[in-house]
Amino acid sequence: MDGGRGVSESNITESVNPNQAAFDKRQQRIMDCVALKTPDRMPVAMFATFWLAKYGNITCKELMYNYEGTKEIATRAVLEFEPDGVSPGLAGIAMGNALEAIDFKQLQWPGHGVDDNQPFQYLDREYMKAEEYDDFLFDPTGYYLQKYLPRVAGVFEGFEDLPSFPGLHYVRLVTGIRSFAKPSVRQAFERVVKAAEEVDRMINHNIEWNENIARLGYPLINGSSSVSPYDFVADYFRGATGMMKDLFRHKDKLLQLLDKATTFLLKQTITAAKAAGHQIVMIPIHWAPDAFMSGKQFETFWWPPFRKMMMGMIDAGLTPMPLWEADCSKRLEIIKDVPPGKCIYWFERTDMVKAFEVLGDVVALRGNLSPSLMTTGQPAEVDAAVKHLVDNVFNKGGKLILDCAFGLPDETPVENVRAMFDAARKYAG
Amino acid sequence: MSDWNEQEAQLIEWLSDMDEDNAFELAKRMLLEEHVDPLRVLELCRSAMDIVGQRFESGDYFLPELVLAGEMLDNIGAIAKPLIKTAPGEESKKLGKVLIGTVHGDLHDIGKNIVTFMLDINGFDVKDIGIDVPVKDFIAAINDYQPDVVALSGFLTLAFESMKETITAITAAGMRDKLKIMIGGGQIDETVRAYTGADAFGVNAVEAVTLSKNWMGAAA
Repeated sequence: MDGGRGVSESNITESVNPNQAAFDKRQQRIMDCVALKTPDRMPVAMFATFWLAKYGNITCKELMYNYEGTKEIATRAVLEFEPDGVSPGLAGIAMGNALEAIDFKQLQWPGHGVDDNQPFQYLDREYMKAEEYDDFLFDPTGYYLQKYLPRVAGVFEGFEDLPSFPGLHYVRLVTGIRSFAKPSVRQAFERVVKAAEEVDRMINHNIEWNENIARLGYPLINGSSSVSPYDFVADYFRGATGMMKDLFRHKDKLLQLLDKATTFLLKQTITAAKAAGHQIVMIPIHWAPDAFMSGKQFETFWWPPFRKMMMGMIDAGLTPMPLWEADCSKRLEIIKDVPPGKCIYWFERTDMVKAFEVLGDVVALRGNLSPSLMTTGQPAEVDAAVKHLVDNVFNKGGKLILDCAFGLPDETPVENVRAMFDAARKYAG
Repeated sequence: MSDWNEQEAQLIEWLSDMDEDNAFELAKRMLLEEHVDPLRVLELCRSAMDIVGQRFESGDYFLPELVLAGEMLDNIGAIAKPLIKTAPGEESKKLGKVLIGTVHGDLHDIGKNIVTFMLDINGFDVKDIGIDVPVKDFIAAINDYQPDVVALSGFLTLAFESMKETITAITAAGMRDKLKIMIGGGQIDETVRAYTGADAFGVNAVEAVTLSKNWMGAAA
């Protein structure tokens, strides 16, 4: 997977793509930015999730449940705005059927806790108890099977009756599998298979959509996503407040778990990126912002495992694209410590001009029109905000991929999206 | 400040330095073995929280310290409060009343809970009416509770519209001149404040306290 070429080859079916030249040109803009070369014009990325419901004039619920309808709207949006890089959002949106099939408990979505016209929302909870660090550390797979999975999705209820595999041997191995005959375990497996069939359908729709927009000349900006070790534990296991208390109460075990998670997350990230055939990996970052921990805590808990993971990804030929949420101004000097020309740093509220000044010779940048501007501002204000980024970042040598702060906010008026793309072409295109 | 004895100063130091185990053991001993007045122990906790708040404002402490401070206070409070011999009217005078909730459509509560805790330990009566609060529930709660300040929380961009609707309804109900409205959450900025018509916005829990104190005419 060297350069962007590998992306096009795997995204396109064997038939000749009449839009290959347009595809290559768009992709080259992104890859030039990554390599810190000046592209022929400033690329613009499109990351649309529930905004597509507004654009297509349907409810969030329809967007989540209607594969064909969602694909059609998403394609229409790509063709109207002609982005240089498209986020593979479909599997992250049209997953209502899959969520139902797996009986997913970490999200509330239309018809399951929120209204039909609201986006899904994550439920921050302690999915792992503080006293379970040792269990997780000793045997992550066993912990997943018997504790974590049944808590986060109904289809896994019954897995807690599975045998503990390490230690099974010889005749004990034969007798040890008796638990698989239990009704609870049998039922769990039947439900898991059914859910997997729905997930398979969802992913096939996703692949089909990705291939279709590639045929139309539009590359994905990333093929897969991942998570930082700290956010993995904080968001999906210990919960926000649990994790914050662990920084004091379970410091050593947390550090051990972060170290272990770095290893398995890296492995999984490389596997997923290779399966997607795309070298760029998006990594939403939740817990790095300035306000969320001290510099010392950041340099103890957050940054070392994530840097190790990014270095492993870079060694494997991947391009990490962390989305640094909220304001990370105080972290810039620290997160600068990566090899030049290997990453895209997407910033949400960090001042992009400042980010360019500190990081401009190390990473490509992505972002960051503010959500309040996009949702409540006028097209002329959006135009001015794009001009500001062009004048102060792109035209000064910054390898900027224009986007909103974290993709298109769900409520953004369509005319503001037009203003964003038009301004990009007017001032840097 | 100078009226703390050595033991009291020690408790304040351990609490404000996040030395949870030592602070809890000492507070427990003072309350259960030495029978120190529980109101005095809670006062020491409040003094420690003042220091925590100052360190947050000066950039030495961050959210994890506020969360742990809240937890330490809860644990000590759980022992101290049942020991308080309440006499009617003896409760300490509060700075004012704040009604807080996450606006409709939004289920996030971490920020709201931290703001609630900080207002509480800074001397406000706080009524938290939860998440995904419909406009009519805010109006009913204002009627019922008669707050001085209404705090609207929201993390998602959909909260902009919900906040605007809530504030418009409060104004339409003729309640606006009796209270101040502040908003807060991940995406809130001056643009959103102007859009929603709120009196002010805050980027963290300490700002919520400062705004409320200023409105109540108390020293921030």
